Amino acid sequence: MDTSQYLEIFIDETKEHLQNLNEQLLVLEKEPDNADTINEIFRAAHSLKGMAGTMGYKRMQRLTHDTENVFSEIRNGKMKVSANLIDTLFQSLDALEEYLENIQQTADEGTDDHEPIIKQLNEILASGTGEASKAAPAPTSTPTEEKKKESTPENGKFSRKYKSMKLEEHEITAINEAYKKNMKVFGMTVYVQETCILKAARAFLVFKALEEIGEIIVSEPKVQDIEDERFEFDFSLYLITEADEGKVEKVVKSVSEIEEVVLEKIEKMETAPEEKVEEKVEPQEPQQTQAAAQAAPQAAPTKQTAPAKQAAKPVVNRTVRVDIEKLDALMNQVSELIIAKNSLVSLSSADSANVSMQGFHEQIEYLERITTNLHESVMKVRMVPIESVVSRFPRMIRDISKKLDKKMELYMTGEDTELDRTVIDEIGDPLMHLLRNSADHGLESNEARVQRGKPETGSIFLNAYQEGNNVIIEVGDDGNGIDVENVKNKGIERGIITAEQAETMSDKDIIGLLFLPSFSMAKKVSDLSGRGVGLDVVKSKIESLGGDVEVKTKLGEGTTFVIRLPLTLAIIQALMVELGGEKYAISLGNIQTIEEVAVSDIKYVQAKEVIHIRGMVIPIIRLDQVLDIGPREEEPGNLTVVIIKKGDKLAGLVVDNLIGQQEIVIKSLGKYINNTKIISGATILGDGEVALILDANVLI
Amino acid sequence: MEENRVGIEAVQYIVVKIGSEQYGIDIKYVDNIVRMQKITRVPKVQHYFKGVINLRGEIIPVMSLRLKMNQPDDQFTNATRIIIIKMEAQAAIGVIVDEVKEVVTLEEDEIEKVFYDAKDENAGFINGIGKHQGELISLLDLNAIIGEKENV
Repeated sequence: MDTSQYLEIFIDETKEHLQNLNEQLLVLEKEPDNADTINEIFRAAHSLKGMAGTMGYKRMQRLTHDTENVFSEIRNGKMKVSANLIDTLFQSLDALEEYLENIQQTADEGTDDHEPIIKQLNEILASGTGEASKAAPAPTSTPTEEKKKESTPENGKFSRKYKSMKLEEHEITAINEAYKKNMKVFGMTVYVQETCILKAARAFLVFKALEEIGEIIVSEPKVQDIEDERFEFDFSLYLITEADEGKVEKVVKSVSEIEEVVLEKIEKMETAPEEKVEEKVEPQEPQQTQAAAQAAPQAAPTKQTAPAKQAAKPVVNRTVRVDIEKLDALMNQVSELIIAKNSLVSLSSADSANVSMQGFHEQIEYLERITTNLHESVMKVRMVPIESVVSRFPRMIRDISKKLDKKMELYMTGEDTELDRTVIDEIGDPLMHLLRNSADHGLESNEARVQRGKPETGSIFLNAYQEGNNVIIEVGDDGNGIDVENVKNKGIERGIITAEQAETMSDKDIIGLLFLPSFSMAKKVSDLSGRGVGLDVVKSKIESLGGDVEVKTKLGEGTTFVIRLPLTLAIIQALMVELGGEKYAISLGNIQTIEEVAVSDIKYVQAKEVIHIRGMVIPIIRLDQVLDIGPREEEPGNLTVVIIKKGDKLAGLVVDNLIGQQEIVIKSLGKYINNTKIISGATILGDGEVALILDANVLI
Repeated sequence: MEENRVGIEAVQYIVVKIGSEQYGIDIKYVDNIVRMQKITRVPKVQHYFKGVINLRGEIIPVMSLRLKMNQPDDQFTNATRIIIIKMEAQAAIGVIVDEVKEVVTLEEDEIEKVFYDAKDENAGFINGIGKHQGELISLLDLNAIIGEKENV
């Protein structure tokens, strides 16, 4: 069955289920007896299994199957939730995510069987329920169990295990082909002496010897496992050769430390396929791909090479799930747009004498309203709640907490804050980095916390909210805060600043050093952070999204990183201003108020111009100087000052004239111009003229 | 500045005039030639960037070849043109020239290679001299002109 058309849905839903499982598991970890959670988990795991099965992802299905078994036992009250269990379950979720990733990239689930996890799951199942898990299919563990069972009967010592091997269709074809060519096929099980130390090497020699006289179609365990010594003292294989039985036996036994080889000529495999169909759930097909993937060609048992599946482009396009209501609204607006267009057409084609200017203006206004609404609707369609990014963080913090052996708790608010899809896609890594930073460096060790009279469990918080045209995301902790002196010394030590510079720098400037490349405060490099590639990457990433980062810190009380992101990327509401004949746009989101200030009201603080309005002292920025525009011939008595705002900081921009509010489309200046950051882009005005967009966040 | 044009037999150049000198621009990089129009100044950029223009809804930076090559600033006349060069997709750039003259086809043997002279800072912008009907055409090395970033 061709399932490719369902791939996108599958990936989407699997992601949802995995996320759900992650969340529920976290709950379960805290409340092991919560029946609702267990039921929820079971349901999600069950749907996952069903979906993976339908799509033909066998490994994934098997892993979910085993996971589900465990949940089922928990649900039936036969097993208790233990820390070990939760860990294993998380691991299997990670493994499933890995599959999903592979599927997303290549439409194939990959070749990793995640045997250790499956084995662990079965062990948990076995020990937890007190009975052997016969139902669970676990190929690598099966030989072990079989061996234990079989070692009791006398004749079982050298059993013909190859008979129980499952053959894939193409392998059977290969065998049947061989008969057509008058070749012989042997099935055999080779036993290595139990005293043998280098059994992988012996096995390798056997493989090599056999490949000199024929072709190995399939082996059990797989070649990779044998090389990694993941087998007991025997392995089975099928060989196509022209040699006879005696010769084959001789060849195998010529390798030293081989205890016994049982082999048999295999007859044609007519009946095999039917049996195989049922058994297909057992994933045996990695044979071909695995062999191709590994760098051990000498043992590659089949001549088939897997096609290069490593496509550079993910097979699935990025999608946004859209509420049907939003689409309906969009549709409505488009139909209105068409109506507006038609009215304009009829107006223009009407007898020119009868065209009333008023009707024309009405239509223009109507059109304006529609386009504004349309823009809004399209933006809404592109908006995704930030939840889709942050929902994986509790799990991450849990893992870090375990790893560092530090008690911490993540508190999140505002997960429903919406951001543009393109921003959402990019913001995950910087946030993750900041959270790790908080967990690793921000929070003190439990002991230190207790000593300092803080609660033993550290808090990390992530708050998201909308502020004007921006979305603010705060990532912080109640740890020790940033030691400014420490940073200063480090800066001097690293030669980034001189001692004299350090003296004159404000605390804020010094903290800004943290964002410089390769400036890491961590005393030791840890797994999580501290390699000095971090904050600078975070900063540049956020800046590339049109946002900025700020740090608030108080020694002993904690650090908060404040990320400010624009709500939308492409279209903004802006105030157009005029400066020396040039037009500039300032995003409305940054503007607090517009004031008319008499020149005589300008005061000086530290030789800088400020104004004093309603109890606030606001620094004045002469835009004409910043933008290299010649000064005006005569200074008017009153200045038009646009008060801009960034966080709790204000500044006043002096402009010549206000033109008005306008919706503008942001365009990039291209890569050749060395951007000064003051100009965040350009826009094209109604008359075709180009106006530059000022980035108020940089000016402050 | 060794040429990589070995093996290509004939190349078409757009011949432009800047001052009294004739320059050739490889035609395969030329996207468009437009008349002089209002250039919006962009503050705090490299001195040879005149600003940006709007070309059918696209913002395109415009540089002055004269300033780039340390010649006197442009005098805009009726003949002044902006040549839109597209070295790669999504990255067009305009260069101002005094006049666009013609398109010539130069055979390989009509092109004389020039070698980089460290003493002459403008030599790096030219990668060959074409001889065409008794006239000399300096062939511009667009990579050197556009690619190089210079801080203000």
